[in-house]
Amino acid sequence: MPAQSNTRRRRTGYRASLIGVALAAVALLGGAAFARKPASRSAPELLRETGLYADIGRHQVDPGHLKFSPQYPLWSDGAVKRRWISLPARAAIDGSNPDVWAFPAGTRFWKEFSFGGRRIETRFMERQENGTWLYATYAWNEDQTEARLVSEKGKPKAFDFGGGRSHFIPGVNDCKSCHQGHPAEVLGFGTLQLSPARDPNAIHGEPMPAPGVDLKYLVENKLLKRFPRALLKKPPVIDGKTPTERTALGYLHGNCSHCHNDVGSMRNLGFSLRHVESPARKGAERTIATAVGQPVKGHVPGQAPDAKLRIEPGQPERSVLLQRMETRNPLVQMPPVGTAMPDEEAIRLVAQWIRDLESPVPSTGVSGKTAQTK
Amino acid sequence: MKASRILLLAAAVAIAAPAVAFAQSKSSAKSAAQVKRGEYLVVTGLCHDCHTPLKMGPNGPEPDMSRMLSGHPEDMQLPPAPAPSGPWIMSAAATLTAWAGPWGVSYTANLTPDPETGVLRDFTEEQFIKAMRTGKHQGQGRDILPPMPWPWIGKKTDEDLKAIFAYLRQIPPIKNKVPEPVLATAQ
Repeated sequence: MPAQSNTRRRRTGYRASLIGVALAAVALLGGAAFARKPASRSAPELLRETGLYADIGRHQVDPGHLKFSPQYPLWSDGAVKRRWISLPARAAIDGSNPDVWAFPAGTRFWKEFSFGGRRIETRFMERQENGTWLYATYAWNEDQTEARLVSEKGKPKAFDFGGGRSHFIPGVNDCKSCHQGHPAEVLGFGTLQLSPARDPNAIHGEPMPAPGVDLKYLVENKLLKRFPRALLKKPPVIDGKTPTERTALGYLHGNCSHCHNDVGSMRNLGFSLRHVESPARKGAERTIATAVGQPVKGHVPGQAPDAKLRIEPGQPERSVLLQRMETRNPLVQMPPVGTAMPDEEAIRLVAQWIRDLESPVPSTGVSGKTAQTK
Repeated sequence: MKASRILLLAAAVAIAAPAVAFAQSKSSAKSAAQVKRGEYLVVTGLCHDCHTPLKMGPNGPEPDMSRMLSGHPEDMQLPPAPAPSGPWIMSAAATLTAWAGPWGVSYTANLTPDPETGVLRDFTEEQFIKAMRTGKHQGQGRDILPPMPWPWIGKKTDEDLKAIFAYLRQIPPIKNKVPEPVLATAQ
């Protein structure tokens, strides 16, 4: 009996160690598989394969996607733009950090660009399982029946503006140079851009498309979770001394802050044009703190020799920020990609704001609209 | 009680101090190895070809190591580049630090850590890597002009690019303000 008992014990021990080894192997393999998270997929050849359309022949967008418009749109040489977001079923955006939303894997964004009443390109972003974003651009054909993936290097002369200027469909590195300048990577879909308290004077502001995707809509439809309640009660508004200041700072947020912010890879410049909600903001708009009266760090090719400050109060012509908005010399222009023509309306607005900085007086929006907040 | 606390503290210091020194020496050995690797990559990656000006020696052109990696010499004024002709669309100055082509004229950058004139003076390591990957100044700004072969250099690993950056940050600084490029399309 003791011998049998010993044998059984040995067998049990042997089995247990086998199970242990198997479990360890499974754990190791599982761990390795987990460590190797799925690589990001490559972009489909055709726009229709990204899932934007229910019927591309009729340009009928899948009704499950949400159309939206940021309150401070990016200047794209006057393109008419339409945008959609698609979240995976039962998934939501994590808004616990109101300045850097975390999007679930499978989130898709599309932005369609039209010039002269014709679709020219549609840009596509998709969040991958490994946390990265896929970037792709699609060029529409002459018949407007299909859009095909553009080379990684982009596509020049996609639409002729005249005067030797044309629209360039950005390459993947162009996309990344802006989008990867901020940890969220998504530029036009965030706390300030979707605030229900929209700026009525916003340059190139667009009416909110149905169904009215703003912060309230997203939270009520459980598409945005863990978003600070205080920001729903008191929707974010840029704290400008005048309506012009509010609109100018909003424009800079929408057009410049994807690179010029405190958290991306350009943070060492100490130059932020981003409106933030976090306590680190300390009550002041970062643009005022880091641009007004602040010296430029270096000298870019073509920069005027008498321009020494990022923004010189009262002196738009000596403010480097405005100079770089005005030029389309590729070595100097701001933003460095995505635009071939200066934004004249924005230049007038920012110049007015800089003039007002010397002796701030309430001025109406430069576009002549009423300076009232909704 | 008090004496035992002091003893305990002394023991902690006695243990911690060599540990810190060991960690420091390990990290400085790592950084020395990284710089060495960076030097190897810069030399074999042909960075000197364009960023160290050539001068005429007894056996023909040779790199002027007194201007090592400082780019196109600021005191070297050049006449306009010859117009492209047929398949000959690029031309280079004898120093190999000035290049002309369909994009305009570009001058090779000062890669030394000179605080006033070095092109990398405001670059972080992260920005250097992004610049080599994207072909954009600081990874996000204006395009880096031809003939800089960033599409190939950008294929190096993060570790190798970090090593190159570490090496370039500690070579002798040389004050040399490289001329601004002239773009064919500048408006």
